[in-house]
Amino acid sequence: MAEAQLSGWGRVFGPGREVVSEDLEAITRDVALTRGLARSYGDSSLPTPEDGVVASSRLADRILAFDPATGVVRAEAGFSLLQINRTFWSRGFAAPVAPGTQFITLGGMVSADVHGKDHHATGSFGPHVRSIRMRLASGDIVVASRDENADLFKATIGGMGLLGHILDVTFTMARIPSAWVAIETEKMPDLGSYLAGLKEAARRYPFTMGWIDTLGASGPLGRGILMRGRWADTREAPAETPRPLVRPGLPFVLPEFAISRATVSAFNALYYGIHPDTPRRKVEHPETFFYPLDAIRNWNRLYGRRGFTQYQCVIPEAAGAEGVQSFVSLLRRTGGSSMLSVIKDCGDEGEGLLSFPMRGTSVALDIPAREGVQDIVDTLNAHLIDLGGRIYLAKDRFTRAADFRRMEPRLDAWREVKKKYDPSGRLRSAQSARLELT
Amino acid sequence: MKVVTLGATRGIGRSLARLFAGRGDSIHLLGRNADDLAKCAEDLLARGAASVTTGLCDLLAPATFAPALDAADAALGGFDTVVLSAGLFGTQDDLANDRGRAASVLVANFTNSVLFCEEARVRLLARGGGRLVAFSSVAGERGRKPVVLYGATKAGLSAYLEGLDALYRAQGLITTTVKPGFVRTSMTQGLKEPPFAGDPDDVAQTVLSGILRGAPVVYAPPIWALVMMVIRLLPRAVMRRVSF
Repeated sequence: MAEAQLSGWGRVFGPGREVVSEDLEAITRDVALTRGLARSYGDSSLPTPEDGVVASSRLADRILAFDPATGVVRAEAGFSLLQINRTFWSRGFAAPVAPGTQFITLGGMVSADVHGKDHHATGSFGPHVRSIRMRLASGDIVVASRDENADLFKATIGGMGLLGHILDVTFTMARIPSAWVAIETEKMPDLGSYLAGLKEAARRYPFTMGWIDTLGASGPLGRGILMRGRWADTREAPAETPRPLVRPGLPFVLPEFAISRATVSAFNALYYGIHPDTPRRKVEHPETFFYPLDAIRNWNRLYGRRGFTQYQCVIPEAAGAEGVQSFVSLLRRTGGSSMLSVIKDCGDEGEGLLSFPMRGTSVALDIPAREGVQDIVDTLNAHLIDLGGRIYLAKDRFTRAADFRRMEPRLDAWREVKKKYDPSGRLRSAQSARLELT
Repeated sequence: MKVVTLGATRGIGRSLARLFAGRGDSIHLLGRNADDLAKCAEDLLARGAASVTTGLCDLLAPATFAPALDAADAALGGFDTVVLSAGLFGTQDDLANDRGRAASVLVANFTNSVLFCEEARVRLLARGGGRLVAFSSVAGERGRKPVVLYGATKAGLSAYLEGLDALYRAQGLITTTVKPGFVRTSMTQGLKEPPFAGDPDDVAQTVLSGILRGAPVVYAPPIWALVMMVIRLLPRAVMRRVSF
């Protein structure tokens, strides 16, 4: 029988297998890493070849306590954003952050300190977390919060599951007037107006994001579609709770020629073209607005047998619009064919010692994992380091350890906490080994 | 509905109980571990159940069945639906040379499952009927190499449930036999995944709609009805050669 293989969402496989059980405490005793729904793109949720096994939290998904007066929930690590939405939208609560997919677990949301369209308004997930119960490398189970083991708490928020196995999480949900979203979309002719529009929208809307065309060999750099939204109030929203959408799957892996410069350019032109020239307002189904890519269950099969990586970085505000412009023109030159490049504003850096977001502009694009992908990532990283930015570990598969050190002055502080709670470096992932995090 | 469940702390049973909770049903959870039951009860309450109570009951200890169902009856003020999704699993490799474990699987999945259903049957018939839902398996449809013993227990259970349905439906007892295909749960981890594998939440949705329309048999995911139709037609000469 072939050796067992695992991958992240990008479908670049490595050796490994999962143990899964409703009893997460039982299966985390002897493993170096726990994963959730494996939506991190690269090797964050993969074991090292020596370890070979990861625990899966996906069946440990019970709500342990819910207080309707405060919106505080305590749930097991495998409880997913999908379940949060399905359970609480109808009762006037939503998750405190709006990431781009609902197929993520609480454990993953803490470990990657996920952010979303509302980062400029509400920050990442970390600020909404009250406490985390976790199993340390020693096997002991402890609670970390701002009052108890505060150093552990800060290192765990955005700590990629490397401080301990997250068993359950207590967090506060946001109150919403309805589960529908009032949105506005606007076409932007070039990157300059797009970035200005993003800043302006951030002042008035809790949700902002958009898509830009980084290929467009002809025409202005980075034409795009800007989207902004807020929860619809009770007068605008339909009376009923939005019904879960039916999601078809992509039944097989597409051949590699399906994603080429030509097909992606055509897609981008079409996507831009179908949007009307004047701004459009409407009330939208929340799944359509928040999770457009969830609409096709296995869309990661689009990129063919060898898979893909997502490059996501944040360019600090100090680098200015010129910084973003220079980065996007570099993208255009290096020519990774990306279907959707997502650009949005980030608010302030959170308390997590390795959290991704910082005040500035986040850029995300998909790159097929074919010949040359390592060079593309190296080139982008070199420029990113010049701009003072950093990459998002939850997406990364190809960054080199030396480059990561250059973009992460906070690494030493995180390592100190890691040493204190895991002196022998027992908890690790394929990614932490590649980036020499410990 | 007023539902009693045995086996709803895990797997498809857990997913199905959450759908009952989402409808606002009242639920009485039976199981072996009080702490586990209490956590599942809290989960179902948070998901919208009208009320959730718990009681101890062990599929390997038939003496617990009658008192557990009486306690459930008292807690719910008379139940109208009983769901049995507990059971033991073992592949042929697991069981062929382990007589003790084989005996547990045989007893739990056939003898004790039938005894549990009998206790449920008499109580439901006494109040004019209700729903009895029991999880069998597609593994009971043919004798197959990888699951000879397990498949035999499920074949027996399916036959019993079919008989119950034939005998008592006219008296108001609606028996539903659930035949899951391959579902990604902790029970099936480590097994090679065949085509048409399902996830417990989706499968539970199929099961719930089958229960609500009083279907005598529910295949889940539904495509397995077709798959098993083909497998039932395969001659023995073929079954001896194939490895599934």
